[in-house]
Amino acid sequence: MNVIKRYLGVIWMLLAPLLVAFMCWQAVVKITHAPAAAQSNVILQWVIILLIFIPICTGLFIFGYYAVKGEYGDGR
Amino acid sequence: MTANHQQAKGMGFIIGASSVGTLIEWYDFYIFGMLATIISKQFFPEEAGASALLSTLAIFAAGFIVRPFGALVFGRLGDLVGRKYTFLLTLVLMGGSTFAIGLVPGYASIGWAAPVLVLLLRLLQGLALGGEYGGAATYVAEHAPPHRRGYWTSWIQTTATLGLFLALGIILLIRQGQGVTRFTAEWGGWRYPFWLSAVLVLVSVLIRMRMQESPMFARVKAAGMGAVNPLKESFGRRANFKMVLLALFGAVMGQGVIWYTGQFYAQSFIENVCKVNFVDSRNIILVAILLATPFFIFFGALSDRVGRKWIMLAGMLLGVIAYRPIYRNFIQLTDPAGKRLTVDASGTKGLPGVAAMDVRDKTKLVVTAVVDTAYTDGAVFRTTRTDTIGLAVPFTGQTGRLGYLLPRKDVPGMDTAVVQLKALPGVELRDGITYVAAIGQSHRPGILMEKSLSRGDFWRMVWLVFIQVIFVTMVYGPMAAFLVELFPTKIRYTSMSLPYHIGNGVFGGLVPFLGTLIVELTKTKDNPAGDPLAGLWYPIGVAGLCLIIGVVYLRNATRQQQID
Repeated sequence: MNVIKRYLGVIWMLLAPLLVAFMCWQAVVKITHAPAAAQSNVILQWVIILLIFIPICTGLFIFGYYAVKGEYGDGR
Repeated sequence: MTANHQQAKGMGFIIGASSVGTLIEWYDFYIFGMLATIISKQFFPEEAGASALLSTLAIFAAGFIVRPFGALVFGRLGDLVGRKYTFLLTLVLMGGSTFAIGLVPGYASIGWAAPVLVLLLRLLQGLALGGEYGGAATYVAEHAPPHRRGYWTSWIQTTATLGLFLALGIILLIRQGQGVTRFTAEWGGWRYPFWLSAVLVLVSVLIRMRMQESPMFARVKAAGMGAVNPLKESFGRRANFKMVLLALFGAVMGQGVIWYTGQFYAQSFIENVCKVNFVDSRNIILVAILLATPFFIFFGALSDRVGRKWIMLAGMLLGVIAYRPIYRNFIQLTDPAGKRLTVDASGTKGLPGVAAMDVRDKTKLVVTAVVDTAYTDGAVFRTTRTDTIGLAVPFTGQTGRLGYLLPRKDVPGMDTAVVQLKALPGVELRDGITYVAAIGQSHRPGILMEKSLSRGDFWRMVWLVFIQVIFVTMVYGPMAAFLVELFPTKIRYTSMSLPYHIGNGVFGGLVPFLGTLIVELTKTKDNPAGDPLAGLWYPIGVAGLCLIIGVVYLRNATRQQQID
C-alpha cells in the first residue's frame, strides 16, 4: 500500500498544474466569448475562481509531494 | 439518578445549546441565498455594469472566499481564548448582520449605499459562519465520551440540513400567506425571515451563556500548553499541515459536493430544468430532508462501531454511481412527451390571452397565451407562450378585445385569436371585437413551462431527493468526529475549520455555478439546450477523486479513539 501511495503522489503532483492550465484556458475562452455588456462580470467571476482554485491546486501539489516522500505511509 | 443518566442529561444540554446556535447560523446563511433573486432586484439596479459586479461579489464573496477566512480568524481565536466565547461571538455577529440585512432600504430609496451595505453584511455573515461550525463541533466532541463521539457530534451535523429546512419552510410559509406581490415588495415579507433571526439568536445566546468551557481546552490552558500561534502551528508544521491536506482532499472535498448536489443542486435542477413550480419544488426538498435527517444520527452512531472512513466513502461512491440515473429520472418524470398518452382533454384548457401593444410601434403586439394541459394522473403542466405579432397596419382602435388573423396555420389556436388588450394610457377598454390583419410572428416565441406534479410523481421526486440526502447523511454524519480526531486540542479549532470550509464553501458552494457552466459548454447549434445532465460531472469528478484519495490514504479511526 505504501508503494501505491507514493506512486499516486506523482499523479497528484501532475494533476495540480494540469487543472490550473485547464481553468486558465476556460477563463480565456469564456471571457473572449462573453457579450460586451457582461464582460466585466465574467472577468470578475473567473478571477475569483482562479484566485480560489490556484491555492487549492497548490495544496494538491504539496499533498502529492508529501505522498511521494512517504509522509502518509503506514509507519508515519 | 445514575451517573450515566446524569452524563446523558449534561450532554443533552451541551448538544442542544451548541446545535441550536449552529442551526440558526445555517438558517441565516441560507435565507440570503434563497432570496437572492428578490435581493438582487431590491438592492441592485436592473442595468448591467458596476451593479452586476457588486451583485456577483455579494453572492460569491461570502460563500466562497470569506468562509475559509472566518475559519482562520475565529479558529485562531478559539484556540487562544476558548471555544465558548468564540462561538458566542460568531453567533452574535451572524444574527446581527442577518437582522441588519432586513433593515437596509432598497436601491430605489438609498441608491448605491444599498448594495454596498448588503455586500458588507454578507461578508460578515460568511466570516461568522466560518468560525461557528468548527467551534460547535470541537466543543461537543471535547465533551463526548470517546466511544460515543460519532453519535453526539452527529447532532451538530443535522444542523446544516435543518437550517436549510427551516429557511425553506419559513420563506414558503410567508410567501404563501402574503402572496407573491406583497412578499416581493420593497418592505415586503421577504424581510421577515431576516428579522426573525434576531429573536432566534437572542434565545440561543441566552442558552449559550450558561455553557462552560470545553474541559479538554480548559485542561490544556491550565497546564500552560495552549497554542501561542495556532495558525503557525496548524499550517507551518508539516506533521499537522499534511493532515489538513488529507482532510481536505480525502474527505471534506467529496463531502462538500455530495452535500450541495443532494440538496441545493437537486432543488435548482427540479425548478429550472424540470420546470416544476415554486411550491412543489420546495416541498419536495422539505419532505425529503425531514425524512432523511434522522440518518445523520444513525450514521454518526454507526461510525462509533465500524469507524468513520468506510461510511463516508460509501456515501461518496453511491453518489458517483447514482447521480446520473437519479437526475435522468427527474427529467423523465416531468417530460411532457412521456405523458402524451395520458392527456385529459376535458381538463385541458387555454386561458384568455393577453396582448400588450408596443406603445412606440403600433404595428407590434406582444401576445401572451396560456394553456393548462391536464393529465389523467392529476398533473397540470402550464405553458405560457409569449409571441410578438406584426400587424399589417398600425392599430389605433380603442376596443378592449382585439382579434388578429395570422398567415401561419401551423400554430394551434394561434391562427385566429381574440385576446384581451392590456389597459394602456389613453386606451379605454370596451366590449366588442376588432379584427386586424397580422403579417407575421416572431420565429422563436418565448415558452415558459410551470408544472404541477401528480401526487404519485411528487412522491417519486421526494424519493429521488431522499436517496441523495441519505448519501449526504453518510458522508456528513461522521464528519465532525472524523475531523476532530485528526488534530490535537490546542490547534483543533483552527486546523479542522479551514479544510471544512474550503471543502464545503468552495467545492460544495460551486456545485450550482460550475454545474451550470458545464451544461453551457455542451450547447451547440444542433443541440441548443445542451446536455442537462452534464453539470453532474463536476460533483461526480470531485467525489470520485476524493474517494480514491480517501480509500488509499485515510486510516479508519476505530471506536474509542482518544483525543488529546
